[in-house]
Amino acid sequence: MGVLSEKIVADIKALLSRYPSKQAVTLPALHMVQDELRCVPLEAIREIADLLDLAPSEVHDTMSFYGIFRDEQHKLGKTRLWVCRGLACAIRGGEDTLATLCDKLHVKPGGTTPDGQITVEFAECIGVCEGAPAVLIDDRGRPDVTPDKVDGLLAELRR
Amino acid sequence: MADFEPVLLRRILKNASPSLEAYRGDGGYKALEKALNTMTPQQVTQAVIDSKLRGRGGAGFPTGVKWTFLPKGHPGPIYLCINADESEPCTFNNRILMDQDPHQVIEGIILSSYAIGATTAYYYVRYEYGDATRATQKAIDECYAAGLLGKNIAGKQGFNLDIFVHRGAGAYICGEETGLIESLEGKRAWPRIKPPFPAVEGAFRKPTIVNNVETMACITHIVERGADWFRSIGVPPDPNNPRDNGSTGPKLFCISGHVNKPGVVELPMGLTVRDLLEKHGGGIWEGKKAKGAIPGGVSMGVIPDTEFDMRLDFNGPAKYGCLGLGTAAVTYFDQDTSIVDVLYNICRFFEHESCGQCTPCREGTGWMHKIVDRIRKGQGRYDDLKILEEVGDQIGITPGTTICGLADGAGWPVKLAVRKFRSEFESYIKNGKKTHSLTLVGAH
Ligand SMILES: Cc1cc2nc3c(=O)[nH]c(=O)nc-3n(C[C@H](O)[C@H](O)[C@H](O)COP(=O)(O)O)c2cc1C
Ligand code: SF4
Ligand code: FES
Repeated sequence: MGVLSEKIVADIKALLSRYPSKQAVTLPALHMVQDELRCVPLEAIREIADLLDLAPSEVHDTMSFYGIFRDEQHKLGKTRLWVCRGLACAIRGGEDTLATLCDKLHVKPGGTTPDGQITVEFAECIGVCEGAPAVLIDDRGRPDVTPDKVDGLLAELRR
Repeated sequence: MADFEPVLLRRILKNASPSLEAYRGDGGYKALEKALNTMTPQQVTQAVIDSKLRGRGGAGFPTGVKWTFLPKGHPGPIYLCINADESEPCTFNNRILMDQDPHQVIEGIILSSYAIGATTAYYYVRYEYGDATRATQKAIDECYAAGLLGKNIAGKQGFNLDIFVHRGAGAYICGEETGLIESLEGKRAWPRIKPPFPAVEGAFRKPTIVNNVETMACITHIVERGADWFRSIGVPPDPNNPRDNGSTGPKLFCISGHVNKPGVVELPMGLTVRDLLEKHGGGIWEGKKAKGAIPGGVSMGVIPDTEFDMRLDFNGPAKYGCLGLGTAAVTYFDQDTSIVDVLYNICRFFEHESCGQCTPCREGTGWMHKIVDRIRKGQGRYDDLKILEEVGDQIGITPGTTICGLADGAGWPVKLAVRKFRSEFESYIKNGKKTHSLTLVGAH
């Protein structure tokens, strides 16, 4: 039994016909695994490599280039909360929001709360600059998260 | 200038539904019908050439001309890649189009594929745009169900097209067109040495056109309303300069920073940085004065408020030493902002996002970040400004030391900030002034 669920294996195979090379399915496969397992374990890398006729090192090479993927030692919490530190947010208090969040959750940027609920990270511009300071909740942007809104946001995430 | 009526934002401003039905109700897919029934692919390409449309992704290359670089009579496949990596800081116009009017972009993609002979289009969307990705996928599904994608599109025998959404993974460099292609192929997004350009050898080693989301949306309207209409908007090409392509067509401008009304507006190009602030951005917040602005995404440079007469078109920014119009995303900062902090923020970004392939970029972005950091902390040295200018001048494809333009974009704001705001940098160094218009948190 591998770490990839039958569903993921089937979903990966279903994408193969979209691209002229199997390697092109690497990023979609890594996303599927991380969405489900909150990290990409080494064993998953081997299994993806098998499915795509690649060496595990090729999959790992791609994975490690993109900061978004986490290995087993740095598993994501249930929610990944990215705080934008891009220019438009930073000059409207974005770093205060990040500091407030880290303070309240007792984690450093990149860290996860001990209960495994929330991972806090900084992000480069997330493209919600009209709502600076903005955050990203997994992959959904949220505008206007000033430090005074942090408590409300955390309550919402913990619900 | 008479009041301009938005085209790209027309449906968005009236909060129209993004559904296929509503889009069609507003005249959507009429351009596609027109092209498939009355125009050859060559005629579509010619209309795009005649419109003088220039790419909206940052480089401003004439779109129709780029399409003609594809090899003639190629047996295929030819690929179209839609660049929705949109990661230039302070830029969000693609997101709004994809979120709220995805069919307008998709219609442009189908038209462009028809023109260039592509049967597969890869829609590369940055991972952070989850909602835009889902809205786009939903619209694509609607198209398949309605016969607007797939085989024999809209009844046109032999015209086939698939659009596949491909999600990125949080790296700015995937917006560079050959970085995007490498990333699509499942590799690290290391930009390729050019030539060969993608039109000759691109995705999966096949001829490929990479175009921005807003560029695609423009195509829809060029086909619908004609090249003359498009060319009548904005700044026409200079008749005395055969190399000038002008700045035609509607353009989305992103306004952000210390303004009362941040947001996206659609306007003809050629207005000034000041007019954009005062007429559309609601002026600087809290009744303060502006200190300066980033004219087109952070890569383009930085200007003081004394240069707010700069025109926002493809030629304007260069007259003030900026790299170009970029993404037409203007970020204003108020009088109380430290320019050293602003530059620090920008340098940190580029060091983080350099792909590391070229030594001048990898090392140069690191040095600039480190030097601006020490100036910020009151530990600047007298020759730091000289070093910053030197590095800023020497990294990039303009001086010829790197593979891609990320390094130009990293160097430009540094050298312009030092040159245009020198006395403020000097006062940090002389007085050991420390900064703090920004709080800066760990993990740098
Ligand atoms: C570092 C870097 C990042 C870029 N990011 C983007 C981007 O996010 N979106 C985009 O459309 N173009 C981006 N570009 C420009 C692309 O390389 C390319 O010129 C563009 O996608 C072509 O489309 P267009 O002609 O429709 O503008 C970037 C260029 C560089 C050098
Ligand atoms: S210039 Fe920088 S980002 Fe571009 S290829 Fe070279 S190292 Fe990578
Ligand atoms: S700078 Fe924060 S969303 Fe763009």
